[in-house]
Amino acid sequence: MTRAAARPTWRAFVPAAIGVALVVIMAILPLLNITLPGILPGPTYTPGSLALLSLCMVFAALALSYNMLLGSGGMLSFGHALYFGAGAYGLGIILEYSGVPLWPGVFIALIGGLVIAMVTGAVSMRVSGIPFAMVTLAFAQAGSLLVTRNAQITGGEEGLSLNTENVPDFLVGVVNTRNLYWLCLAVLVVVYLVALWVDRSSLGHVAHAAAENDLRVRVLGLRPYVAKLILFVIAGAMACLAGISYFLLQSGTVPRAVSADLTITVLVMVVLGGVGFRWGAIVGGMLYTLLDQRLTVLAGSEAIASLPDVLRVPLSEPLFLLGALFILVVMFLPGGIAGTVDGWLRRRRGRSARAALSELGDADDAMTAEAAREEVGA
Amino acid sequence: MSGIVLVLVTGVGLGALYFLVASGLSLIYGLMHVLNFAHGVFLTLSAFVGWELAQRLDVASWGGFALSVLVGGAVGALFATVTELVLIRPLYERHIEQVLVTVGLALAAVALFEGIWGTDAITVAGPPWLKGTTQVLGANIPNIYWLLMLCAAVVLAAIVLFLRRTRYGMIIRAGVENRAMVTALGIDVRRSFTLVFAIGGAAAGIGGVLAMHWYTFVSAHMGSTLLIFAFIVTIIGGLGSLTGAAIASVLVAVLQQFANTYLGGTGDLIVVVLLAVVLLVRPRGLMGRTL
Repeated sequence: MTRAAARPTWRAFVPAAIGVALVVIMAILPLLNITLPGILPGPTYTPGSLALLSLCMVFAALALSYNMLLGSGGMLSFGHALYFGAGAYGLGIILEYSGVPLWPGVFIALIGGLVIAMVTGAVSMRVSGIPFAMVTLAFAQAGSLLVTRNAQITGGEEGLSLNTENVPDFLVGVVNTRNLYWLCLAVLVVVYLVALWVDRSSLGHVAHAAAENDLRVRVLGLRPYVAKLILFVIAGAMACLAGISYFLLQSGTVPRAVSADLTITVLVMVVLGGVGFRWGAIVGGMLYTLLDQRLTVLAGSEAIASLPDVLRVPLSEPLFLLGALFILVVMFLPGGIAGTVDGWLRRRRGRSARAALSELGDADDAMTAEAAREEVGA
Repeated sequence: MSGIVLVLVTGVGLGALYFLVASGLSLIYGLMHVLNFAHGVFLTLSAFVGWELAQRLDVASWGGFALSVLVGGAVGALFATVTELVLIRPLYERHIEQVLVTVGLALAAVALFEGIWGTDAITVAGPPWLKGTTQVLGANIPNIYWLLMLCAAVVLAAIVLFLRRTRYGMIIRAGVENRAMVTALGIDVRRSFTLVFAIGGAAAGIGGVLAMHWYTFVSAHMGSTLLIFAFIVTIIGGLGSLTGAAIASVLVAVLQQFANTYLGGTGDLIVVVLLAVVLLVRPRGLMGRTL
């Protein structure tokens, strides 16, 4: 009895322990000299590898924020790039034109993203399901148009680059990629903790319940609209934070940061990793970014160029391969990576639990049989 | 005065193009509840095939032009049918997954088109008449707009006739109204799913070839731009309503042209504002049923 009671509490600490260990490993990575051929362009302490890893973490954070919408709230949004772009362009414009120092600028950009998320969220939540997806797409498209049209402020197609005047020295330049790396790691951890808090809070529960059965939640006297809107705004703010770190990391931003393409990319990341799993979103974000980077390198390689056209054309388009992979995952691996792993773990755990149960059941049967025999005997 | 006429007529012409894309989207959504993100690539592929044909045939002649439009429609219908059979059908009734699959297809197809035809826009030459203008009430209207209107009217008439006069059209209309009932009557609605995809694909394919002549070039991203406006049109018109799509197409395009001409090129933003207003006042769209 005591063993059975003790085991779940012990198990509950395992994910947390693994998480902390992973964060510590990621944090000391810039101090180590590890070579991962085929995955990273060089040893882990070099700026190139650190920049790639940082980008992975930025997109992992963005995927995590999107998972709040799709996984926790069941909202299929096609406008998530708007808030990412609001963070990136917001901070860029503040630093370029206002002369505000970096940290207050970050704060203002976050507030800006929050307000945009609140207004667009409140309108688009007038509808739900597929129409919601289309409306969010339209809003993101409006944002994208605003950016490309107002070239004198946003730099148009060229993009906006970081004005380093008011940025602390330790975050500027290739030499300091390490500090940016730690910044991105911190952002990822913050977004993860927020996602964890949302999933555990009553707000998250209401939103999740409304995703399952909206009518029933309303009958219970709860207000799913408010819960979902708050969830939407939090997710928007987290995407904005990811956008801010993206802007600092890349020391600039391009219109792609607000485009529908980016939203679709994030969607692919989350579905690839497994909708509804926080660690799945992180894995999906990192895996996609690495694959995208590596496939681009592969596309330019000699081996591909020498292939016949039928093979060369599809293989030299990373997005074609990623799109095809995405279709395959949706059709044949519905839970994504995390869902599949989780299902496998559950089955294993289920089997041992069933074995224990059936032992108990046998004992029960034996006892009832005994009792029956005694009764008959009596 | 002539300025207003110009804006009005070009608006209606642009609306005709939107309608060609939106009609299929609206029908597909109405019957199957699938948001088809791949609709834009049906259009783009047709445009590219139309362009290839134009290179081989004499597209400056009306015969060659008509053939490229027809082939474009056929390519769109074929691509859409294959998409429905291979990707949509196995995920029967799983709407989110169906949307995701079309997203993946759009992503992969655009990349593949870029690989085959390159990333740059390719210019195309049509019959010389299309480059000219016709004077109406003092306004010089580019002739391409008349052609857009004509084609959209023909497509609209064909779809309406099909839906009203044929057995399959009746099944589709009944399916949009109440699919469970149609299934309960022992009719296989799934065959009409393929049909709706084929019709939508054909309309988009015709739209693709025409859009190519309207832009005077073709690129791999042509479909995605039009698709977003088609989404907006279908929501404003009311999802699943063909009449709604037709009215909203014209409304959106005329408003867009007016804003572009008289409000300093803010057409695209005005359209999004209109969408927000419609959603706040009437979330189900102009002609839509309760969601």
